[in-house]
Amino acid sequence: MNTLVDILASAGLWAAVLRIATPLILGTLGALLSERSGVLNLGIEGIMTFGAMVGWLAVYNGADLWAGLLVAALGGAVFGALHAVLTVTLGLSQHVSGLGVTLFASSIAYYVFRLMVPVSGSPPTVEPFQPINIPGLSDLPFIGPAFFTQTAPTYLAILLAIVLAYILAKTPLGLAIRMSGENPHAAEAQGVNPMAMRYGAVIAGSALMGVGGAFLTLSAFNSFFPTMVQGRGWICIALVVFASWRPERALFGALLFAFFDGFQLRLQTALDGAVPYQIFLMIPYLLSIAALAVMARRARVPQALMQPYRRGER
Amino acid sequence: MRFERREHRPLALVIATPLIAVAAALAVAGVLIALAGAPVFEAYWKILVGAFGSKLSATETLTRATPLILTGLAAAVAFRARLWNIGGEGQFYLGAIATAAVGANLTAGLPGAVQIPLLMASGAVAGMVLLLVPLWLRLRFSVDEVVTTLLLNFVAILFVSMLIDTVLKDPLAFGWPQSEAVERAARLPKLIDRSRLHIGLVVAVAFAFIVHFIQSCTTFGMRSRAVGLNPKGAIFAGVPLGRTLVLVAMLSGGLAGLAGSIEVLGVKGYVTTDLSPGYGYSGIVVAMLANLHPLGVVLAALFTAIMFVGADGMSRSLGIPTYIADVTVALSLISMLVAVFFTQYRVRR
Repeated sequence: MNTLVDILASAGLWAAVLRIATPLILGTLGALLSERSGVLNLGIEGIMTFGAMVGWLAVYNGADLWAGLLVAALGGAVFGALHAVLTVTLGLSQHVSGLGVTLFASSIAYYVFRLMVPVSGSPPTVEPFQPINIPGLSDLPFIGPAFFTQTAPTYLAILLAIVLAYILAKTPLGLAIRMSGENPHAAEAQGVNPMAMRYGAVIAGSALMGVGGAFLTLSAFNSFFPTMVQGRGWICIALVVFASWRPERALFGALLFAFFDGFQLRLQTALDGAVPYQIFLMIPYLLSIAALAVMARRARVPQALMQPYRRGER
Repeated sequence: MRFERREHRPLALVIATPLIAVAAALAVAGVLIALAGAPVFEAYWKILVGAFGSKLSATETLTRATPLILTGLAAAVAFRARLWNIGGEGQFYLGAIATAAVGANLTAGLPGAVQIPLLMASGAVAGMVLLLVPLWLRLRFSVDEVVTTLLLNFVAILFVSMLIDTVLKDPLAFGWPQSEAVERAARLPKLIDRSRLHIGLVVAVAFAFIVHFIQSCTTFGMRSRAVGLNPKGAIFAGVPLGRTLVLVAMLSGGLAGLAGSIEVLGVKGYVTTDLSPGYGYSGIVVAMLANLHPLGVVLAALFTAIMFVGADGMSRSLGIPTYIADVTVALSLISMLVAVFFTQYRVRR
């Protein structure tokens, strides 16, 4: 019991929670935006991998860290555009197209990485984002080190969640995106171009996914290695359902998920091999499945999700 | 520009589709090879040599194709009924570990002819069970199975890793995490001496024909296709949706589990966590390349195996990263999707 309290009372845990949550927040927002417009994007795992690689590669070749994030966003956007052509213009199965994009994006990330970076004993590294102490707030006891000494992309991710929540709920653009996901025929009748909305949402969402991947190589770690995204993309897809397609809940879901992840890591160390470590590693996945089972029924799915839209065809 | 549904699908076009798709994928992959500074045609030649240049490489390619045929069939039968089973990898591993566990502890001592079918059946059952869980979640709680089957892959592999670290650990493996082995008698006979090619290839191809028969000649096959084409219409026409999907899941999960089982019995005899280089995931591509046709799966699996085995050889001689194989296979999948679209639609200005 004491160990549990010790873990929960350490500022290190809470700081880690925000760090672990950041790529999940970005990825979930990206997937959510896309789904809100009516397009499921299962390319996320591959797009995050590509973003992680290409952002890192840019910085490794001398680019600024922010430029690295921008490159990752552009890389993600390119694959988003590919997914949009396949699913919006051609109206192909969104499941299958997404899986194709994942395979393509991740394999090309590994290929380009191997071409550009020769095999060596230890992976080459870059100087990652440094924690920023928010003046005043970071000096607070416990709360300061836990919440106000993060790297810039973490603050950015939280800000983006708020901005996206506002855009979707309160602006005409948000309404147009939501209509495209709920009833594209009605949207068209109102003078909205659902195809354009879907293109925009898929591309912008994929850019967010790319940035989420780049957080791993440019902030959480300082190098790229294959399989480093480790299923985070799929967790994001589950988190979208958990969040009922709402950005503010996505933020909460990602933090909750990251809490369990950070907690299990520390519990694992505390218990020191008394329980097979694999049990702990299974928890995030089992948790996602449980969350889906609980939330799936209650969640308000965008009505036209996964339905291709063609003018004049119902 | 708009698209118009074709009234007729010319047979020649349908047959040419996969060839055009693969050619397009190879062309794009060629650009990537050229960017790496290597001669493109020589690279493709080296892939063929790497896959078929010697008895060793040819048998290796066929050995690689064996599990791909089964995981490809697993994906194809599920996708036909619009059951999105992305969990082939987990089902493969669970089938493998069930085979090793049963073989080492329950069926040991039985003659091979009895043991082998029992072990294959236990692998298939394990795969079925792993797919029935997400199907139950879908039917009971309407949870989309794409994410659940996928997440269960990670769970299954961790579960296998835990078992081979603890209760199923082979004490004679010098501390390496690997499972206890099945007996010699339970190992699949070789098709060709001094190679890894085993009789599992025949079993896999036989299953392709069996699945083809089931899909084209049985009520269940017809129902599963109806569910995939138009779920609402199928229910209206009196197809029992739940029961059909359960059978589809049993067939699909069973085939993926069988793939794991046959890989254990045919190749290594025991399980490690690197038993599969992603056979479950590649099976999805194989199924799509075959346009979900069971006999096409055999050819698509062969193509995929050629790419993977051949790319190893090419990589060694030209210094191109082996990942070019994955890139080519992924590109084939995407171009196949587009090609299939153009057999169904024509462009109208």
